[in-house]
Amino acid sequence: MGSLPLFPEQASTIAPEVDHLLYYLLTVAVFFTLLIFGAIFYFAIRYRRRSERELPHVIHGGLTLEVLWSVIPFGLTMVMFSWGASIFFTESRPPADALQIYAVGKQWMWKLQHLEGQREINELHIPMGRAVRLTMTSEDVIHSFFVPAFRTKEDVVPGRYSTTWFQPTKPGKYHLFCAEYCGTNHSRMIGWIYVMEPRDYENWVSGGGPTGSLADEGGRLFESLACSNCHKPDGSGRCPNLVGLFGRIVQLSNGSTVVADEAYIRESILQPTAKIVAGYQPLMPTFQGLVTEEGVLELVEYIKSLGPKPGAPAGANVPVVVPHQQ
Amino acid sequence: MKSWLLTKDHKRIAVLYLATVTLFFFLGGAFATLIRVELLTPQGGLVSSETYNKLFTMHGVTMVFFFLIPSIPATLGNFFLPLMIGARDLAFPRINLLSWYLLVIGGLLALFAMLAGGVDTGWTFYTPYSTTYSNSWVIATALGIFVAGFSSILTGLNFIVTVHRMRAPGMTWFRMPLFVWSMYATSLIQVLGTPVLAVTLVLVFCERVFHIGIFDPALGGDPVLFQHLFWFYSHPAVYIMVLPGMGVISEVISVFSRKSVFGYAFVAFSSVAIAVLGFLVWGHHLFVSTQSVYAGMVFSFLSYFVAIPSAIKVFNWTATLYKGSISFATPMLYAFGFIGLFTIGGLTGLFVASLGIDVHVTDTYFVIAHFHYIMVGGTIMAYMAGMHYWWPKMTGRMYPEGWAKLSALVIFLGFNLTFFPQFILGYLGMPRRYHVYPDEFQVLHVLSTAGASVLAVGYLMPMIYFIWSLRYGALAPANPWGATGLEWKTASPPPVHNFDEAPVVTHEAYDYSTVMGEVIEVG
Ligand code: HEC
Ligand code: HEM
Ligand SMILES: [Cu+2]
Ligand SMILES: [Cu+2]
Repeated sequence: MGSLPLFPEQASTIAPEVDHLLYYLLTVAVFFTLLIFGAIFYFAIRYRRRSERELPHVIHGGLTLEVLWSVIPFGLTMVMFSWGASIFFTESRPPADALQIYAVGKQWMWKLQHLEGQREINELHIPMGRAVRLTMTSEDVIHSFFVPAFRTKEDVVPGRYSTTWFQPTKPGKYHLFCAEYCGTNHSRMIGWIYVMEPRDYENWVSGGGPTGSLADEGGRLFESLACSNCHKPDGSGRCPNLVGLFGRIVQLSNGSTVVADEAYIRESILQPTAKIVAGYQPLMPTFQGLVTEEGVLELVEYIKSLGPKPGAPAGANVPVVVPHQQ
Repeated sequence: MKSWLLTKDHKRIAVLYLATVTLFFFLGGAFATLIRVELLTPQGGLVSSETYNKLFTMHGVTMVFFFLIPSIPATLGNFFLPLMIGARDLAFPRINLLSWYLLVIGGLLALFAMLAGGVDTGWTFYTPYSTTYSNSWVIATALGIFVAGFSSILTGLNFIVTVHRMRAPGMTWFRMPLFVWSMYATSLIQVLGTPVLAVTLVLVFCERVFHIGIFDPALGGDPVLFQHLFWFYSHPAVYIMVLPGMGVISEVISVFSRKSVFGYAFVAFSSVAIAVLGFLVWGHHLFVSTQSVYAGMVFSFLSYFVAIPSAIKVFNWTATLYKGSISFATPMLYAFGFIGLFTIGGLTGLFVASLGIDVHVTDTYFVIAHFHYIMVGGTIMAYMAGMHYWWPKMTGRMYPEGWAKLSALVIFLGFNLTFFPQFILGYLGMPRRYHVYPDEFQVLHVLSTAGASVLAVGYLMPMIYFIWSLRYGALAPANPWGATGLEWKTASPPPVHNFDEAPVVTHEAYDYSTVMGEVIEVG
């Protein structure tokens, strides 16, 4: 006990924007609260009943007033709407050069994976000043990735990928909370975000993981799960070549097309029959239960590393497709 | 005893409801007390996390489904809707009794689930936690809510038919008291929305028991679909909980300022507008649930449309006071409390409807504070206003005025001390449904618990003096407040058939010149 914080720290580019919107809302709210409270007090005292027999004149209402007090608040709320929507829009569009990190939630811990191969549990180290894009999924129930100092939150849902991003502006240590109730130890599914000076981060991350990068790890899985027996690098056999798949438009056997993003690759592995590539037979077995969500992410990262979409900017892991955009 | 349990008299059924929902209120209150005591310390020493999770779930389930939804409609509505339109009873008296039994059966099922081991899903039953992962009494609780839902549907139907078919001669739609309008709008939501909740609960049942994949992605389902279905009912349900309160406030403000409600037609239609628009905004509970960005924008936009009719009501109530003859009787004090707290609750609704803010505050104490300002600060204040206003009519006795005024004050202060700190907690980032929490939030939690103790005293006071007044209260005259409604034109308490002579309505509602003798004109 003792400390009494009243306002959260601002540690991301979006945080001051959210707070400015808050100030606007607070101004409107305080104004109307004072107006209503003031009017009630004033009228109640000014027109208090002085005799049991008094009868006020009848006033039925006034159209002008009704219109005024509908239109003015409506105008004020439209500012709230558009301002809030524009922040939300920014929040849903990670910049193209964002640092990619993967998160998997499970009862009751956060598992975070860096492309270089570092794995963290309930801790995330990120560099200051650089946008970070998180692709997240859950192994069991719904969780929610919430960093109050960044003013961002996004649910982490089993069976799909969700994304969020933030650009830290201040080195330090910030709370990470699970914000969606997920069972017994929901309140212990918490951790820390460490925002580091870019140089410190480089040192921290350059060590790599004990078993190499995420894509290396995925490559090994690709072998051990025998994906490589069917998917040959030269495209021979009866299976599609996965080189250059990521970001490409895939023609499906039912005539429709789909962009090969993370979600599509995940689905191809776990529910291969959901979408069949045109010209191929539904021969691929499901890997549901044989590979964890983390394993799937490694495979996704491996397939991404097999080559960018022709014409995409060099530098490999640029997310060409943002799942939120559809 | 038997004459009560088999009664078809809407007034007696209302009293049965009153007893039932009061019991549930105190049960839910006991859970809340334990929650607040637990939150005094950050480490969570009083109960285990499992128990804590059950406590807030059972608190929410009890308060929402077994107290707040039936509260005003089934007690004050049941008692006064027929009286206010000059009818002898509701359209279907037997169905009315049946709906009380359904509420009791549903309540007993839920109670059984609580005693057998409790349920820990949150009152929102989010999937796949509720269908696959929770090891608690989900099915029994859901069944209880399902059965109670039919009580709500039947009551709604009964009210709608009654308003259409049983109005006294001369009681045109625009002569109806505003309480009747609000009950009518509420009934529409109950009849149209509740079946969706029932279907959703059946789907949860199918997945949990038969493992049919609907919501759990491991079975091929979609977990977010549940949230759409749930909030399609539960957002309108917040209006089931608050519209009746608005109706009560319109009556009380008018009587105790002796003026017709300013902008009667606007207030009446805003109830209907809220009922209709309320069905279009459920997606504002899903801003961070991976719903598409554009869906989020549409739901945010529409949410502001629902805010306007509520604002219109607040302005009209305030304007009603202008040049009135304002009495400070207890019901009016509660009504002032309602307007104040509802204003704060409504204004903070504008915060959470704004996408940029909601991403930060959803699933935090900010939301807890927001909906308690509406549901407890709003609806329960209105319920208390209505209980005090109509108590003399229901029982034939007056309550002790001094104690009652004191209770209004204690509740108002206790409420603000309990819930205002939660706005700050929420913006700081304190997530809801947390058993243990970081130390820096403790001071605000302690303030909130201190407020809750004041609030508890405030709620116990009326409980005691109302019961006391049944025996010792002064005898109530037929029309103690000089009110215009038809319910005041019959004895206190009203005879079994309500009116000795069938009433004929010749004036609009709230024409005070008709009930006063010699007058002094003011204003
Ligand atoms: C038995 C052979 C077989 C195995 C083993 C197999 N696949 Fe496939 N895979 C196929 C076939 C055939 C298709 C094309 C038909 C379809 O869409 O299901 C395919 C399609 C795909 C696609 C979509 C390709 C596109 O062009 O859109 C991806 C991605 C994929 N597989 C990844 C994998 C991964 C990763 C593994 C190992 C975990 C794996 N596959 C194992 C046969 C196989
Ligand atoms: C009277 C004193 C009350 C106190 C002190 C109180 C306290 C609380 C607290 C602390 C929580 C948050 C629990 C958590 O999420 O960790 C909560 C949740 C809730 N309360 Fe109350 N409450 C009170 C009355 C009511 C009433 C009258 C209602 C009726 C509408 C109500 C409805 C709810 C609901 C719906 C929730 C959310 C439950 C959930 O998240 O599943 N509360 N309350
Ligand atoms: Cu959680
Ligand atoms: Cu809502």
